[in-house]
Amino acid sequence: MEKEKWLFNISPKNNTFNLNLKEVWQYRDLLFLFVKRDVITLYKQTILGPLWYLIQPLFTSVIFTLVFNNVAGIKTGGIPPFLFNLAGITTWNYFKECLVATSDTFKKNEQIFGKVYFPRIIMPMSIIISNLLKFAIQLFILICFYLYYVFFTNSGIRPSEFLFLFPVLIVFMGMLGLGLGMIISSMVIKYRDLTFLVSFGIQLLMYISLVVIPLSLFQKKGVEWLVMYNPMGYIIETARFLLLNEGNISQFGIAYTVIFSVLCLLFGTVIFNKTEKTFIDTI
Amino acid sequence: MMKQQDVILKVENVSKQYRLGVVGTGTISHDLNRFLAKVSGKEDPYLKIGESNDRSTKGTSEYVWALKDINFEVKRGEIIGIIGKNGAGKSTLLKILSKVTGPTRGSIKYNGKIASLLEVGTGFHPEMTGKENIFLNGAILGMTKKEISRKLDEIIDFSGCERYIDTPVKRYSSGMKVRLAFAVAAFLEPDILVVDEVLAVGDAEFQKKAIGKMRDISSQAGRTVLFVSHDMAAIQSLCSRLIVLDKGDVYYDGDVSVGIESYMSSRKTKNNVKLLEDSKLTFNNLFFFKGGKSSNVFKIFESLYIKGSFVYKNNLPDDVKIELFIIDDFGQRITAISSWLSCISFTPKSKNVNFEIKLENGFSIKSGNYSVDILIYDYNKSYFENVLTFELLNDYKYGYLEDIEPRHHGSVYTPNVWKIN
Repeated sequence: MEKEKWLFNISPKNNTFNLNLKEVWQYRDLLFLFVKRDVITLYKQTILGPLWYLIQPLFTSVIFTLVFNNVAGIKTGGIPPFLFNLAGITTWNYFKECLVATSDTFKKNEQIFGKVYFPRIIMPMSIIISNLLKFAIQLFILICFYLYYVFFTNSGIRPSEFLFLFPVLIVFMGMLGLGLGMIISSMVIKYRDLTFLVSFGIQLLMYISLVVIPLSLFQKKGVEWLVMYNPMGYIIETARFLLLNEGNISQFGIAYTVIFSVLCLLFGTVIFNKTEKTFIDTI
Repeated sequence: MMKQQDVILKVENVSKQYRLGVVGTGTISHDLNRFLAKVSGKEDPYLKIGESNDRSTKGTSEYVWALKDINFEVKRGEIIGIIGKNGAGKSTLLKILSKVTGPTRGSIKYNGKIASLLEVGTGFHPEMTGKENIFLNGAILGMTKKEISRKLDEIIDFSGCERYIDTPVKRYSSGMKVRLAFAVAAFLEPDILVVDEVLAVGDAEFQKKAIGKMRDISSQAGRTVLFVSHDMAAIQSLCSRLIVLDKGDVYYDGDVSVGIESYMSSRKTKNNVKLLEDSKLTFNNLFFFKGGKSSNVFKIFESLYIKGSFVYKNNLPDDVKIELFIIDDFGQRITAISSWLSCISFTPKSKNVNFEIKLENGFSIKSGNYSVDILIYDYNKSYFENVLTFELLNDYKYGYLEDIEPRHHGSVYTPNVWKIN
């Protein structure tokens, strides 16, 4: 038998830990073009366009402020409840959008995935990046209100001196959303039940992610365990600490979140890569 | 002996198994069995079973082999045509080649880049302009932005859509979308290009252009093309080698004209009704009648009767519908005679069912050889392939119908009377 040399090989077995990062790098232009596509086509044929991204967090914050702070009487420290809620919701929204959109990757792109090959992971990655744009719009409105409260009221708000770490927080949030989203998207192709779980699970998750109820209240009521192991809770609490200098920041929480996000992303990538090979037969 | 560097693609024992039926609660138990076998180091229990992919008979196993132990080698610069009936495994093979899905067994080894030509407009975003879509589509196919920019003018020029290039693709006709899609792929410069029936859309002029381009790709640049089509004329004019697939097997591999010949005669072998049955019913016979006599040869527009009968084995269903499909030499459905389309369904009174259809004006399709598939369905479907063949002849009072070229004129003849001043 002469020695055969082949550059590529398609076979049923693949190495679980071969993540093909080199290939992803070769397709980097595609990543940017997908992001560009999402940005260009975001507001086509809507009347209010980007305004929708402002209306949603604003209205939610107003309602939350009325219900949780005015009616239920939840205290938000020295921070005006509206700003407290808006900061929480803005941060939460990025995670939510990332998770919901990526968890649908295989189902939504069945058409194109069924016709042509490219590293599938490009798709969820592009979602994480293009969602940054929506996040930026929402962050902008948060900053507007923030400045209003700083200059026109004497609420004495100031950001933490660690504000520059905020982007790092977003990175971990993106990693968490991407990781979880890829895990769910890989499972959802076989068991559609998960779609329902995601859509209401994410709503429930919000309430134990410290978006409206501060950690201090959980601690006071002795139900800290509800939020102890939820990395999103730490992310929201830390975000509020960085932006508003309110709330407490725990070293355990940060370490836990970092480790959790990294593991989640790794696990997600592995399971996603395993699924991409044959999902088209199952979907 | 073939030199190693000449072979650019090698398909070794490639098999693909599909699971039929619905994915439901049973899925978990199969997954568990599979997992247990894997943990205890045994072979996947479901790989041992499975039948060949014969649509017409109701199989006993939930698993079928869409491809079974396919082997072939492709040399650099070859243009290979792949043909076969529907369900022969062509699409599955292409899917595995283009890495959309993995094989169940076996491997494909290759040197260089494989690119597959997208079907009409897949990967096009309707809201984006033609130019933006060229970039997106090119990138999906594996080009870098730089490469696309360099070839942009050529691509636009080849597509012939220059005027619309800054218009959103949703305003394009389907023909224009194919042109654009093909243009992008044609300038892709892969080592192996996989083309799947895209040329069916687009006018004759563009088809000629596309076929010419494929020939250039292989002869000048030394690239390899795998071309799947039902269009024998295109295959004959383009390909240097032919592979015929049948029920997941390589049925023929070699010279093009010999292959086409044997493929077409294989569809024509059965001349009259044989015993056809599945678990529900036995199909007795199907005859075409003209002037009170059974016949297999008709002229276009000649009125005829179709009579058939079948017997239910056990229970009598209700709401039964019958459909006959007229299939041409290339395996394409040309037309259907359907009780469903005529709003007729019936409940059999006894196990024996006889039916009679009158075609007042006969067939208005091009002359040639046709076969008939029959589908009888209530909640279950009974599908019998190639129940009967017949030949349709020209009637010169309508013109030179034997000159109808399906790629150019379509397959249906429309009666016409001309008056020119």
